[in-house]
Amino acid sequence: MICYPYPKVTFSPVREHLKSWTAQNLGSADTAAIQILFSLPKMPDVQTLVNDFLNQLKKRKIEGSQATAKLTAELLRSVISQQRVPHTNQATALIYAVRAVGEQLIAANPVELAVGNIVRRVLHIIREEDLSLATAAMAGLGVSAASDDEDDMERDENSVLSAAAVAAAARSTLRPPSLQTLLEDTPDSAAAPHTSSSGGESDGRSRSVDKGSRVRKLKHDVIEAVNELIQDISTCYEQIAEQAVEHIHHNEVILTLGSSKTVLEFLYAAKEKQRSFKVFVAEGAPRYQGHILAKELAARGLQTTVITDSAVFAMISRVNMVIVGAHAVMANGGVIAPVGLNMVALAAQRHAVPFVVLAGSHKLCPLYPHNPEVLLNELRSPSELLDFGEFSDCMDSASGTGSLHVVNPTFDYVPPKLVSLFITDTGGHNPSYMYRLIADYYSADDLVVKRRPTAGS
Amino acid sequence: MDPSRRGPRAVIDPIPKFRQVGFFAPPERSQSGPPDPTHSSPQISNSLSPVMIPPARHLSENLLLHAPPAASPLRADSGGGGTSFDSGDFFPAPLSPALPSSSYSSRISGDFFKGNGGKVSASSFPRGGFDLTAMKAAAAPSVVVPASELTTVSVVNDSLGIPEKEKGSRAGGPAVEVKDQPNNSKQKPKTSKAERRALQEAQRAAKAAAKAEGNKASGTAASVNAKPAKAAKPAQKIENAAVAAPEKKGGEIPPEKDRKKDAPQPRMQYDDKSRVEKAKRRAVVKQTEARNRVELFRHLPQYEHGSQLPDLEARFFHLSPVHPAVYKVGLQYLTGDISGANARCIAMLQAFQEAIKDYKVPQEKTLVRDLTAKVSSYVSYLIECRPLSISMGNAIRFLKSRIAKLPLNLSESEAKASLLSDIERFISEKIILANKVIVKHAVTKIRDGDVLLTYGSSSAVEMILLHAHELGRQFRVVVVDSRPKLRGQLLLRRLVEKGLSCSYTHINAVSYIMHEVTRVFLGASSVLSNGTVYSRVGTACIAMVAHAFRVPVIVCCEAYKFHERVQLDSICSNELGDPDVISNVLGREDVHHLDGWANIENLQLLNLIYDATPSDYVSMIVTDYGMVPPTSVPVIVREYGREQPSFLFRNFGYFCLYSPVLEKSANFRLSRKIEPCILIICNNSF
Repeated sequence: MICYPYPKVTFSPVREHLKSWTAQNLGSADTAAIQILFSLPKMPDVQTLVNDFLNQLKKRKIEGSQATAKLTAELLRSVISQQRVPHTNQATALIYAVRAVGEQLIAANPVELAVGNIVRRVLHIIREEDLSLATAAMAGLGVSAASDDEDDMERDENSVLSAAAVAAAARSTLRPPSLQTLLEDTPDSAAAPHTSSSGGESDGRSRSVDKGSRVRKLKHDVIEAVNELIQDISTCYEQIAEQAVEHIHHNEVILTLGSSKTVLEFLYAAKEKQRSFKVFVAEGAPRYQGHILAKELAARGLQTTVITDSAVFAMISRVNMVIVGAHAVMANGGVIAPVGLNMVALAAQRHAVPFVVLAGSHKLCPLYPHNPEVLLNELRSPSELLDFGEFSDCMDSASGTGSLHVVNPTFDYVPPKLVSLFITDTGGHNPSYMYRLIADYYSADDLVVKRRPTAGS
Repeated sequence: MDPSRRGPRAVIDPIPKFRQVGFFAPPERSQSGPPDPTHSSPQISNSLSPVMIPPARHLSENLLLHAPPAASPLRADSGGGGTSFDSGDFFPAPLSPALPSSSYSSRISGDFFKGNGGKVSASSFPRGGFDLTAMKAAAAPSVVVPASELTTVSVVNDSLGIPEKEKGSRAGGPAVEVKDQPNNSKQKPKTSKAERRALQEAQRAAKAAAKAEGNKASGTAASVNAKPAKAAKPAQKIENAAVAAPEKKGGEIPPEKDRKKDAPQPRMQYDDKSRVEKAKRRAVVKQTEARNRVELFRHLPQYEHGSQLPDLEARFFHLSPVHPAVYKVGLQYLTGDISGANARCIAMLQAFQEAIKDYKVPQEKTLVRDLTAKVSSYVSYLIECRPLSISMGNAIRFLKSRIAKLPLNLSESEAKASLLSDIERFISEKIILANKVIVKHAVTKIRDGDVLLTYGSSSAVEMILLHAHELGRQFRVVVVDSRPKLRGQLLLRRLVEKGLSCSYTHINAVSYIMHEVTRVFLGASSVLSNGTVYSRVGTACIAMVAHAFRVPVIVCCEAYKFHERVQLDSICSNELGDPDVISNVLGREDVHHLDGWANIENLQLLNLIYDATPSDYVSMIVTDYGMVPPTSVPVIVREYGREQPSFLFRNFGYFCLYSPVLEKSANFRLSRKIEPCILIICNNSF
């Protein structure tokens, strides 16, 4: 579990705190350390790419989980493509490399859960591809369980990291027991024998040849799959928007807070389908992105009204549906969302207004939250709320007793009981179903991306 | 028939409470009343002036005296547009058959009543008894004949038909609306606004009284139509009236039907075009309708902000009807220099004090009536500047009741002095002292180690926090603020300067900060009698989040802000602020996405000022009467209202609202309760 205590930014000993805040957010001292730790064989340009991205993450230069997810996926793709893979255990090596990068990325911005999600997705892709290759090969070999074991043993010897776990997991944990995968699996394993490899009597040579082809194939497949993932991320809101007509009816009043590309596309899609409805946009202090959204919506011909965040409760009694975007969706169905949404969700619950969260699949996080309001939150600069100049004088006259403490969190946690529906690119889901949906995207081995201190996966 | 009778029906009064108080002026006006164009009533001058009422009895007399004018048409109609107060509710069929349909009957009864009105109200009241039987006898013939021939159907036609006809007849006449301006200006263009008004009042009062009597008479005489039992009752009651009157103040719960009338009158709905038109015609402040209006809030005034100020400032020195002190306060409301329920209320009362100091009773006028009219005109000016807060409404109601209750034998200067001291006392008792008591109560709820959350800037909460700090309690304050006013910053600055340790955050982060909070202290603009806290927008959000986090919510509100109105949501009655302040974010130059929003089609900005917090979010309300649960608010409203003698007059005020019907059909009767003997004039016999 990610546990990053964030010091609250205060004005009281202002300068020190500002300094610490700066260090927190801009700190690049550990990049060097990261580079040292980064001991994997790697092309230098990948290393620079990684470092650039790390810096951007640390400085919070990348806005929005979609952009972050896309960039992460692209970075990991280049990591994979640049990764020199050994003849044996290529999957393990890839996994190891991705993990090493992923760990740093996650550490760079632990609250940007999309990074971790993408790292896990890529890991999952590698495992899947490896598995499908392995099953295909094994089916072709027609080997027994004994040779399977042998194979594992061999891997174990070759790799410093125990690949046994990976291989074992290949059968048991890698594939979540979903009906779909089960059905897909069956024909796979029962498929006609592959001709790519022959029976293994001369173990050394024929196996290495076989693996050589598998290596290239694996890497190729993985990169293909990552490309698909990137494609998915960039088009996820189109798929979400397609479902808009099923949820927005004529003459409805929709409330949203802040700005989200997904919400914009969703509403616009409904508008394009000749649904006429009104939208209330809460401005979403302190970032006021609601202003942007409102302007966009109005420009696209939707009847839009901007309200202050404080008026949410007043207006919600006339609202038919709350549609919001999310920062991340946790495995329990809870939502990490822009600040203020917990309030909106409570108001919606009070008035029995459906609270609908739109989330692309890259926002689904396989972790269960613990005290997410604090631990998965980030405090931004007080300057967004208070002008320091205005208050500096009264701080001086405060004779030391009074102190001022400005709290400006970025995210809110909306517990699953307040969410009526998730709309993802795969359709609508109940909050209680999220864990299952998430199991489709991630493998259980990857939940903790952090490498263990001792060798071993 | 007085054309003005019809007019008001087309109008909704946005602030009912003082309205009703304002119009129970005693009927002695009839003496100074203008000659009626259709009918000159010699009897009026014959009648005794209420001024002759012995002072000792003035309470009861007030009661009685005020009853007839209660039927004043102006009042009456302002309620007409409301759904719940449709005349049908209060003046159902039984009596109405007494009314002839069409203008015939109304003309007859109008004339008739005009003739008798002065006599009835003025002469009989001082004596403390009503010689109604004689009246009835006199009145009966003229009314009974048509009455007996009537059917309910005709009555229905009547009520529908007359208004239109009259509307037509008085087209071009001055609009009767919120401003309480005279209807007779057409005939008497030279009289001043106040004079005209007074005259009209007088006329109306006389008419109403007469009509009431006439109807009663008809009711008794034509007892076939009316309920016999009810018709019989009044006389009996009246006999006891004099006895009962002195004890009135002891108070007693009014009977069911009276209580019904207690309900506040609906506010002006700005989506009603005709009424808005009329309101506009008499407005001092020229408002321009905002272009991008929010559909959902059509019923509230949505004006361009900032456009009226220069105009008003320019006219500062030559605007006669409004006293400079009031004018100034109005401008301060307009610019937002004075805000906060208490501050606005005090500023208004002090301005009224100034105005009363400079007030002189015009020739041939009575102070009571003329001053009430003056105050009403001030109030309507203030409303144009900014809609009244409920606290101000209550204060105005208080003032008007004081004016109306002035002993009639007081000299002008004595009356003024009494009013000034009344106002002074209201400010010190109901506001300042009340605040102190609230502080005393609320401080007991602050313990060492508490983290107190407050929202916006409430004067009561600020005093509580400072007092607790002075007492040496160790606590932390979380100031939650919201756009666009950011009043929390002002509070924050004052608290920090005083040495309190504070946290500051915006309303969106309230669920983040609520984890550490142990108590929530909120101010309120008003507490409504269903326990709803009507307060600065966002208060409901805070209370809701606190409720969700199981943090007690303590609302601090002086009892003078309580109101018997009920409200379930924040939409039906609210105030809209300047939408432009939403597009410009103070101190954030980087946020300018909505510049020029007014030119974007489909885009509206909504700046709500208030919201309604449901009572179940409120753990406790601290008032000057102690700490009570929200469910006890109606009790306080009732008790508090009773404490003010004006409470009873309110009933009459509500009668006024429906007087057009009353004029036709009301069967006024005096009912005396058997026990503590409260004398109430009620029209519960229809």
